Amino acid sequence: MSAKRSRRKGSALVGVLAWAAALVFFFPVLWMFVSGFKQEAQASTDPPTFLFAPTMDQFEAILGRDFTPYLLNSLMASIGSTLLVLALATPAAYALSLRPVPGWRDSLFFFISTRMMPPAAIILPLYIIASNAGVLDNVTMLALVYTAMNLPIAVWMIRSFLLELPTAVLEAAKIDGAGFLTEVRRIILPMIAPGLAATALICFIFAWNEFFFAVSLTSTRAATVPVFLTGFITSEGLFLARLSAAATMAALPVILAGWIAQKWLVRGLTMGAVK
Amino acid sequence: MQPSVRTRYAVAAGLATVLAASACSGAGGGGDDAKTITIATVANPQMQDIEQLSSVFEEETGIDVQFVILPENELRDKVTQDIATESGQYDIVTIGTYETPIWAENGWLAPLDEYASDPEYDVDDLLAPIREAVTYEDGLYAVPFYGESSFLMYRKDLFEAAGLTMPANPTWTEVAGLAAQLDDPENDVAGICLRGLAGWGENLAPLNTIIHTFGGRWYDEDWNAQLTSPETAAAVQFYVDLVRDYGEDGAANAGFSECLTATSQGNAAMWFDATVGASVLEDPESSDAAGLMGYAPAPVMETEHSGWLWAWNLALPETSQHKDAAWDFMSWATSKEYISLVGEELGWTRVPPGSRASTYEIPEYQEAAAAYAQPTLDQIANVNVTKPGLYEQNWAGVQYITIPEFQDLGTRVGQEISAAIAGNQTVEEALEKAQQYAEETAQTGGYQGG
Repeated sequence: MSAKRSRRKGSALVGVLAWAAALVFFFPVLWMFVSGFKQEAQASTDPPTFLFAPTMDQFEAILGRDFTPYLLNSLMASIGSTLLVLALATPAAYALSLRPVPGWRDSLFFFISTRMMPPAAIILPLYIIASNAGVLDNVTMLALVYTAMNLPIAVWMIRSFLLELPTAVLEAAKIDGAGFLTEVRRIILPMIAPGLAATALICFIFAWNEFFFAVSLTSTRAATVPVFLTGFITSEGLFLARLSAAATMAALPVILAGWIAQKWLVRGLTMGAVK
Repeated sequence: MQPSVRTRYAVAAGLATVLAASACSGAGGGGDDAKTITIATVANPQMQDIEQLSSVFEEETGIDVQFVILPENELRDKVTQDIATESGQYDIVTIGTYETPIWAENGWLAPLDEYASDPEYDVDDLLAPIREAVTYEDGLYAVPFYGESSFLMYRKDLFEAAGLTMPANPTWTEVAGLAAQLDDPENDVAGICLRGLAGWGENLAPLNTIIHTFGGRWYDEDWNAQLTSPETAAAVQFYVDLVRDYGEDGAANAGFSECLTATSQGNAAMWFDATVGASVLEDPESSDAAGLMGYAPAPVMETEHSGWLWAWNLALPETSQHKDAAWDFMSWATSKEYISLVGEELGWTRVPPGSRASTYEIPEYQEAAAAYAQPTLDQIANVNVTKPGLYEQNWAGVQYITIPEFQDLGTRVGQEISAAIAGNQTVEEALEKAQQYAEETAQTGGYQGG
């Protein structure tokens, strides 16, 4: 009886702590969301303004600035690169885990080592190549850059999911006479689907939020949402409310994607090597 | 469980659509059409107005205008990158008075004299000091969109309540005395707001005008750094003491925007900054200080006048493929006609200031900007860009030095000053490092002995 009560007390405490932690992490996002409904002067007061009459002025101003092309460009670059990453990373991860190719350790290290070079170091050659090839300000080019950017992390993640697969299941399938394709399609892919969903979401978020390549390689046709966002930052005048409103709109697709992927995500993030 | 056939078709169709969509070059407008021009610009309020009004130009001329809007530093990087690699993505670029002579020297900008000589454009109407700042070796390389100097903004009501008066031509010593009397930490009112945020376009802008008027300078005529000279050291010590004793809270991180917020919310009795700050302070919608402000000339010490000079300008990159169409837009955006258009469509307080003398003769503007129009004009007219202090300079610029290395040098020196304002080091320590940076820059840049 008393043991039961103290357990209940304990779990209530954990619940309160979890909520408190969640609120602390969520507060900046909430503040951004709230600030988007303020007037500029209210958004930059010290101490901060908590009570105010909400206005849609900032959102209207943003929509008046032709947000749609930026949104479409971001969607194309992010979704396109994520699909390409999954298509390339899954076979690569397979060849580095379940049926390791010779030298798989070196390959694996090579993949991750490409992330060790800071983007600033490769932007100039990349820019010159793009310029000479005539693909500056081109969404396809941006999608390819994001594919290259996300590929290493996707290979590593998917590999860790593949290693988790119980070998007994794979062996059983083989004994039952399953060929390679059947094994991949009916056993492996369904089993790592949560992992693939988690990988896809992470790649999508990285591509969606990427700013440096986007600002360097695009101008009018292929500019993405993060580039659009910075267009509200000015050295002369107040801009916090409008920037918050724009950032809220920019975050919506990611929140939506996260919400859709949620039920796979928890499993995907807790399986594999990162536990 | 296997996905149904229908799901699989839906997924395949979705994939195909996305891949097909990303095979095109992008959703944004713009093209290689001769009738489309691309302008790269900063996001300042005046530029947002021009974006809004550009449809008038598009209807008149049939030329399509695309805007790339970025923060100042990203824009500078991006445009430099584009021009240096001759990518030719931009037909018009927005640049400051600092970049104009440097880029003109590099051969990146098309000369505009021939275009601007059109009598209808009335190039002689441009304010002389601003025009001089965008001129390189007698050639005009940019046209000013709006310009500014700096002056002292103060709260008339607080002065009255304290029984103080602002002298007609204040000295910095007088201003420091006033700041001491007006500083009221209990009521959250700083005596004076001054920029402490590190950056050549932030804390160095007001500081350098003070260095000039104290009789100091960055370099002598042979490019020997002068940052530890007694005059320069006295000016920097004065600035740091003033902002530490009677300045705003968190001064080391306060720039133009922070001081603007503080002053407009009644948390500063004085503010020495850009003349364009006045138009925001006088807007009742965003400022509690509207109607309460007075404006005095930039305070002085050894010189007759002080105050910086800056303008945002439109320039034509040599790499542009549509130079004539680009000039059509540039001349429209810097014309008298455009200034009237802003006044009529958006309100007279939003008119781009400090570019044309004729702006200050428009009765509606005189009325709307009564409090600060004349002080702004006088302040700009009194700037001497080649001799802002006691000495003739090798360059034309008040708060900056027109060498490419200054961006980096200015940022580093600005950081040392900011650290002194934060109290992390003394002014002597800051200036010793600054002097060393400046000396190294002059040597490696090949300016000394040249």
